[in-house]
Order: sequence, then structure tokens, then C-alpha cells
Amino acid sequence: MQDFVQHLINGVSLGSIYALIALGYTMVYGILKMINFAHSDVYMVGAFAAYYFARWIGIENDPGLSTLLTLIVVSMICCSLLGLVIERLAYRPLRNSPKLNVLITAIGVSLFLEYSGQVVFGADPKVFPEVMKDFVIFSIGNVEVRSFDVTVLVVGLLAMLALQFLLFKTKIGRAMRAVSANPMVASLMGVNPDRIIAFTFVVGSSLAGVGSVLVGMKYPKIDPLMGMMIGLKAFVAAVLGGIGNVGGAVLGAMIMGLSEEMVVAYLSSTYRDALAFGILIVILIFKPAGLLGKYSVEKV
Amino acid sequence: MKNLFVALLLVLPLLSGCTKKENEIVIGEYDSLTGSDATFGLSTNKGVRLALDEINAAGGVKGKKISLVTLDDQGKNEEAASATTRLITQNNVVAILGGVASGRSKAAAPIAQSHGVPFVSPASTNPDVTKAGDYVFRVCFIDPFQGLVMAKFASENLKVKKAAILRDVKNDYSVGLADVFSAEFKKRGGEIVADLSYQAGDIDFKAQLTQIRSKNPDAIYIPGYYTEVGLIAQQARQLGLKVPLMGGDGWDSDKLYEIGKDAINGNYYSNHYTTESTDPAVTEFIKKFKAKYSETPDALAALGYDAAKILVAAIERAPDLSGKAIRDELAKTKDFPGVTGKISLNENRDAVKSAVVIQVDGNNRKFITTITP
Repeated sequence: MQDFVQHLINGVSLGSIYALIALGYTMVYGILKMINFAHSDVYMVGAFAAYYFARWIGIENDPGLSTLLTLIVVSMICCSLLGLVIERLAYRPLRNSPKLNVLITAIGVSLFLEYSGQVVFGADPKVFPEVMKDFVIFSIGNVEVRSFDVTVLVVGLLAMLALQFLLFKTKIGRAMRAVSANPMVASLMGVNPDRIIAFTFVVGSSLAGVGSVLVGMKYPKIDPLMGMMIGLKAFVAAVLGGIGNVGGAVLGAMIMGLSEEMVVAYLSSTYRDALAFGILIVILIFKPAGLLGKYSVEKV
Repeated sequence: MKNLFVALLLVLPLLSGCTKKENEIVIGEYDSLTGSDATFGLSTNKGVRLALDEINAAGGVKGKKISLVTLDDQGKNEEAASATTRLITQNNVVAILGGVASGRSKAAAPIAQSHGVPFVSPASTNPDVTKAGDYVFRVCFIDPFQGLVMAKFASENLKVKKAAILRDVKNDYSVGLADVFSAEFKKRGGEIVADLSYQAGDIDFKAQLTQIRSKNPDAIYIPGYYTEVGLIAQQARQLGLKVPLMGGDGWDSDKLYEIGKDAINGNYYSNHYTTESTDPAVTEFIKKFKAKYSETPDALAALGYDAAKILVAAIERAPDLSGKAIRDELAKTKDFPGVTGKISLNENRDAVKSAVVIQVDGNNRKFITTITP
């Protein structure tokens, strides 16, 4: 029983990591109907930006809330700028091309960032600075709930609520939904689609920035290919939850994290990914649009 | 500048070779002097040069000096192959010292084999390397041997009864070590209570570790690379797993402690050699190496040194300089007192030698014991 509870906690904690990345995928897809495969590599760049910044101003050995917040802000800024540049140079020129061209360009940008990262940052892993001290919040028997796990989960949920608020309660959110529904009509109503889309990339990329610092805090090893697997899983989580749906991304990520955890716990660690992805295939057979995908009202 | 250097390396021996061929023996070496694992090649090369300088200073072999031609393989398999061809056909070397990476040895060794030129790899541990043919040797132990070493260490030194294994299922090296460890540990009366896997690149191992925790092992064998092991150690300690962790030479990096911090301290891994050894052969080697390069030699430098010494000893014993004569003498190498242990070459042309067990202690590598096969 204790082990089961421990597995549950591990699964939710892993799921919250996926959720942070999945939100970025779902956000861009919701507005643009394009899968931004470079998202997980923007996340990687965010981690390195925080790493070099911490070393540059010498706070890598100074754990505390101020360090964490500083690095999150730095990483968000760098990721937003990178997101803007990618959108401007790679995606905007293809705005009226077939969807497939944009998709392939996105894969190209992703590979470009990964391998440029290997040249610029080096292929060997770097050790992310200790931004916070991890401690046990409470424990029952040998089951422990740790501060990092709670932090990541809370930040993930807050990001989800903030996005919901942004999309449904603000003027720019309404503009974003308008562009998503029909960019042409939206521009007739005085909305500048280019600016809205650029803003979408800023929001999506800064989520990657937040994620990168939190993941770096929890798993202090960063390398240029760190975005590959986590990005793939987060993307699948977003699809599972119903891509384009903010709440769905978080739900999908939790299911993803928990199913991985439970497969290792009760089936086989060797086939973890095969079985975890197998579960997703089964869910998608019965819910092709994802778990929350059919509620088009909620679609952003 | 780098190109110039390589060009010089190429040209110099050619020039000198023309004039003094009669009183020189040319040995070829290829290694990764540039590229992503350049530190491997540079270390090995330093060890090799130190050995040959000593031999030449002592009067050389058969009354002749030895000259070394070093080519850069840039860390690429195809370059290793073409460097080998060039060494044999253009530089007319009598024997070749190969590079570190097993993949590149697999590309180069068959070429040396087909030309009948003896090939000695200093540090390629993949079992298949010497299967290229009877001219291919190595002076390091092979991967599975480390599994044997740690099984022996676990049951004899740590008195472990129940062990768990966590292997990198995508990595042949890790799987090889884990299989041998498992078999040997059971043979010694131990029990493997859990055998789980992860994949290189994973960052979360808590599922596997929670599972291992529920089985209450006395130790966990994790024959992976330092990149993941550091994180595994941290997460194991977070879950309250306080038993010793054990691994292989894939742990040997300063990054291991940087990533794992205190969680990795006190754990054990097997390696080729240790600078802390009190063996006079080792202390003497370290002293000479420091005097020449003003840095501490790593395991690869020590293996390069041993490879060169063993090769030259075989050349000395051989009746002539033909590939066959040198090969036959290499095959007879027995109990050679190397820096990395007493080396004998077995019928598979692999080294039979001891391994050391190291305990992680911050950035120090604390010597625990030597384990002989």
C-alpha cells in the first residue's frame, strides 16, 4: 500500500513536469493549428540560458526563492525572444503555405536548435545550479511528499489557470480565439493576426522557460538533447488530453505520468514506453479527439 | 594550426623515414586527437609517447630507435579506417596501436588483420573487437569482466546477500555488465531480488527505485554512465534507499559527483587503474608522467603506456620485424608487469588482468581493493 501511494506521488510529480511542456504545445496548436515541434528545444535553450546566467552573476551556489524567481524570469525572457525569432523567420513566411510545409519546417527548426546546441553548449551534460533546497513537507511511513514535487505541481496548475484566464477573460484572449476561429474575419474586425500569433509564441515559449528552470531544479542535469524525449511525451500528453485544450493538456500529462509509473511498478520497466504509449493508443481509439477534445466550446 | 600540426605529424616521419630507415622501427598510432572525445585520444597518445621515449632513451629495441607516426581519426569510424590503411601502405609501420573507442577499433582492426599487421588496442573494451582476427589484441579487460569483478566484490567484501540491478537497456555495455553480474552473483549464492531497466536520456527513475525499495536489497548494481547515475543516486537517497550503489568504469568522470553531489559519495565502481595505488610500477609511472606533462595520468594514459610497452616487448623478443613474428610474440605475452596490473593475453587475444574497485569520495577516487580474475 505504501508503495502504491509512493508510485502515485511519483506519477503525479512526473505528470506535472509533462504538463508544463504540454501547455506550450497545446497553446500554439489551439491558435495556429500547427504543431510547434521546436517547443521542446526552446525549453532546452531556456535551461541553458538560466544555467549561464546563474554562473555569470554568481548565484549558482545561492539557493533560495529569489534565485529561483530570477532564473525563471531570465529563462522566460530568453525563451520568448527565441520564440519570436523562430516565428518571424521560420513560420511567418509560410503562413499561407500548406500545413505540411510548416510541420516540416518545425521539425527542421527543432533539429537545428538541438545540434546547434551541441556545438555551442557542448555535447557533455552540464550541472544545473542548485536553485532551491529540496525538503520533505510531510511523510507517512516511508512515503514522503517533497517540496520540489509540490512546487512543480502548483506551478503547473497555476499556469493552466492563468492561461484559461488569459484566453477567456481578457481582450487579447478574445482576439486570440478570434484568430484561431478565422484569421481573415478577425483582421476585418481590427485584430492584427501577425501580432496575435507573435504574442501566442511569446506566451507558449515563456511557459517553456518556466518549465526548463523547474525541471533543472528537480533533475539537475541539462544537455542539448534534453528536450527530445520530454518533448515527445508532453506532445503526446497534449494530444491525449485533446490538443488545443488547456485543461486537457494537464489531464493528459497526468495520465501519461501515472501510466508510465504504474507500468514500471506493476508490469515491466523494459517495456515502459511501449506499454505507456500503448495505453494512449487505446484511449485514442475510443476518444479520437482526445479526452477533452470534443468540447469545442472550450477550445481556444 | 591544428591542420599544420597534423600535416607535420604526417610529413616528418616520411622525411626522416627516407634517410634513416635502416636504424628505425616505425610504429603507427591513430587516435581521436580532435572531435568530441578528444580527451580520450590525447590521454592515450601521451601515455604512448611517454613509453616510447623511455624505451628510446634506454637504447631502443634491437639496437634501433622507435619512431611513432600518429594520425588523427577525428572521432570518426571511417577516418580510423583510412588512417590505418595509410599507416600500413604509406608509412610501412610494423605494428599499429589503435584508439580508444570500440566502434573505431571495429572499423580499423579488420584492415590491419587483412594486411597481416599486428594491432594492439589500448582501451577498446567491447568483446567483439578482437574477433576481427588473430592479429588483433588488446591490453584492457573486456566489458563483462567488470560485472564479474563487482559480483565478487559485492559478495566477498560487502557481504551482500540480496542485490538489485538497474540497467540501461539501450546500452550494450550496460546490459553486458548486468548479465554477467547477475550470473556470477547467483553462482556465489546471492539472490537478485529485482532486475529493472531504464533508458539513457531518462531523468526520472523513481518508479524503478520505489520498486527496488519494496524488495529491500542490500546493494544496487547500476552499470550505466555517469550522466544518469548521478541522478539515480540522488533519487535513490530521496526515497530513503541507503544501501551501497555499485557500477563500472562508465562512472569514471568528475561530472558524476557534480550531478550526484553527496548522494553519490561512498558508492563503489570498478575501473582499470587508480592513481592511489601503492604499487611501485604505478607510482613510478605517475611520477614520470607528471614530470613530462605536468598533469595526473588518467586510466587511458596508463593503458596507452601499457599497450606501447607490451608491443615493444614483443618486437624485442621477435626474431625479425615481420608481422607474423611480432604477432606470435604478442600472443605469448604473460604476466607483463603493467601500470594497469599484471597483463596476460589469452587465446582470444584479450587481456587477463586485475581490476580495481574505487569508492567515490567527492572528486577523489578512493582506492578500495584490487580484484583479480
